[in-house]
Amino acid sequence: MKEEDKNLQSPLRRRFLQGSGALAVGGALPLSLVSANSLAQAGGQPRTLTMLAWYGHAEPDIVAEFEAKHNVKVKPKYYTGGDNMLALISQSPAGTYDLILSDAEYVPQLRKAGYLERLDAKDYAFDDYFPEFQKFPGHWDGNDLYAVMVRFGFLGVAYNTDAVPESKARSFKVYWDPAYKGKVGHFDWYLPNMGEISLYAGHKAPYKLEKEQFAKLQSVMKSLRPQVAGFFDYGGTFSGLKNGQLQLVCGIGDWITGTLARSGAKVSSVVPDEGGLQWTESLSIGKGTRNADLAKAFIQYVTSAQGQVKSAKMAAYPALIPNRKGWELLGQSDPAEARRQGMVLQGHNVMDDIRSGKITFRQLPVQQSIEDWNDFWSEYKEKA
Amino acid sequence: MSSNTSRRRWPLLLPPLLWQLTFFLLPLLFLFVISFWSVVNFRLEPDMTLKNWDFMLSRSSFWSAYSHTWALALGAAVVTTCCSFPAACSLAFTVSERTRKLALMFLVVPFFTSYLVRVYSWQAFLSDNGIVNALLGLFGLDGLPMLNSDFGSLVGYVTLALPLVTLVQTMGFAQIDRNLIEAAHNLRAGPVRTLFEVIIPLAKPSLVVGALFAFILAFGDFVAPTYLGGGAPPTLSNLIIDTTKSGQQWPRAAVVAIMMILTLVLTSLAAVRLAYGRRK
Repeated sequence: MKEEDKNLQSPLRRRFLQGSGALAVGGALPLSLVSANSLAQAGGQPRTLTMLAWYGHAEPDIVAEFEAKHNVKVKPKYYTGGDNMLALISQSPAGTYDLILSDAEYVPQLRKAGYLERLDAKDYAFDDYFPEFQKFPGHWDGNDLYAVMVRFGFLGVAYNTDAVPESKARSFKVYWDPAYKGKVGHFDWYLPNMGEISLYAGHKAPYKLEKEQFAKLQSVMKSLRPQVAGFFDYGGTFSGLKNGQLQLVCGIGDWITGTLARSGAKVSSVVPDEGGLQWTESLSIGKGTRNADLAKAFIQYVTSAQGQVKSAKMAAYPALIPNRKGWELLGQSDPAEARRQGMVLQGHNVMDDIRSGKITFRQLPVQQSIEDWNDFWSEYKEKA
Repeated sequence: MSSNTSRRRWPLLLPPLLWQLTFFLLPLLFLFVISFWSVVNFRLEPDMTLKNWDFMLSRSSFWSAYSHTWALALGAAVVTTCCSFPAACSLAFTVSERTRKLALMFLVVPFFTSYLVRVYSWQAFLSDNGIVNALLGLFGLDGLPMLNSDFGSLVGYVTLALPLVTLVQTMGFAQIDRNLIEAAHNLRAGPVRTLFEVIIPLAKPSLVVGALFAFILAFGDFVAPTYLGGGAPPTLSNLIIDTTKSGQQWPRAAVVAIMMILTLVLTSLAAVRLAYGRRK
């Protein structure tokens, strides 16, 4: 029996179908044919839409409008990293999460493990997306779609604008500058840090390294270690940049400095000449969901121009958005933020950086295992 | 005590026994069991393999973190004991009963606020542009690097343990028979000799138990080495976080946790022997 068939025959699903007046005569009808609104109106009590996501994606600034419109309560389970997300899904029964927001590099793993429902590309506003993001790598399996890109950002050199001139920050070399010894911090996650230093080491494909390239990356990183003040989580990075203890941070970008800059901190991020990395967040529908209609409606909401503006300005951490119409709306509603993030349709913008080849998508190690990279990261942390 | 009385008291022992069984022994047993499990595709799979033990105990990073954690915890025990000692002595011997009660109450006040918040507030003092270095600057002195160092971690540990250790020491000093101190004075022992030959030997159990508390709290603390120590070099608690964060290697983290528990059990046994062992 196929997995889909099993789900259709599960007791929970049967109960749901029996209990839904709108579907009483058509238990075999696909849920997606029934609009979210009609279901919401059928009962007075708000429905619950579960979402597995990074912090911030189910906060009122993002979901309040959707909740009011669909009489639904978005119930988040926040995670702290892709591995954590995979563990949470793998240890939960199918249908636990209606929506899964993941970093793009984890989508293929989610798909292969059978955790995602297949999506219908016609349901989403891909025509409004910049062409580069319409067929995002890993989101499609042939012509089958499994995730819709929601937002992205660049990782480069984050710096204190009072202490470090932008001209110096435009190269990863600044991390080795003796003037900043003991003032360089690492965001404590091997993937962005090792990716950035891999770019600095001259690897055009920073995550696809031959044995000798991986050895070179390790050697270059070890040479940086004496400069490093420490390894920090989100809170530690935040406070270190804010109180001036850290003047340079490797492994982050505007998603942290942009949030700090809103509160007046003298920090910024730049994509250095050696290139930068792109993090990408995408939404999928969890396998076995009993709220496929609402989940689809939520993805449509967040990827619409209005939803994209909310996402770009998300209180937890700002981001770039892939929807061109979202850019237009942001330019009209908040031109200062559009300029600050480089999402302007006239003049130089972030798409130019992507098109010039400066940006590489962050991904999991290709030739080595996650364990190999993480083991080196532990070793690197150990010795100054 | 008759055997009938003993039998009647058994039901009274049941609640604490059940409590220990449910919330200490069973989780500990589970921790031990999963140290032999495997992780397959980010999922814990029951297994019976020694590979997690072999992997962790053969890593230099584990032993480096182990020795670093041990040294920091020992330093925290010594520093906290020394800092608490004069305060506890004063509270036990020199102030009035009313003042002592008031002071003991204030010693509990730090526990009203989150330890994490207290540690974060230390950043404002210890950062390069912080309050301590600003004060040093007023006297024409160069600033000191304090944050993101072992010194920073120690400050955090002392913040965590000092109130508790002071309380334990004060109670220990308060138990000392004053007649023995007066006898020492009558026999012309000076204050220093009285301190080292009368007070400290009599207060040894409370001094050792206080230091043990400081050691235990520091040995397992994650907050201070992360937010004041900069997470480098890692302590065992940092190592547990690293191990679970990447690859969801809970079995390996269990190995680290069991090694920590074993260390603390052995240290506690040694401390109890030191505190209550007979003099030869």
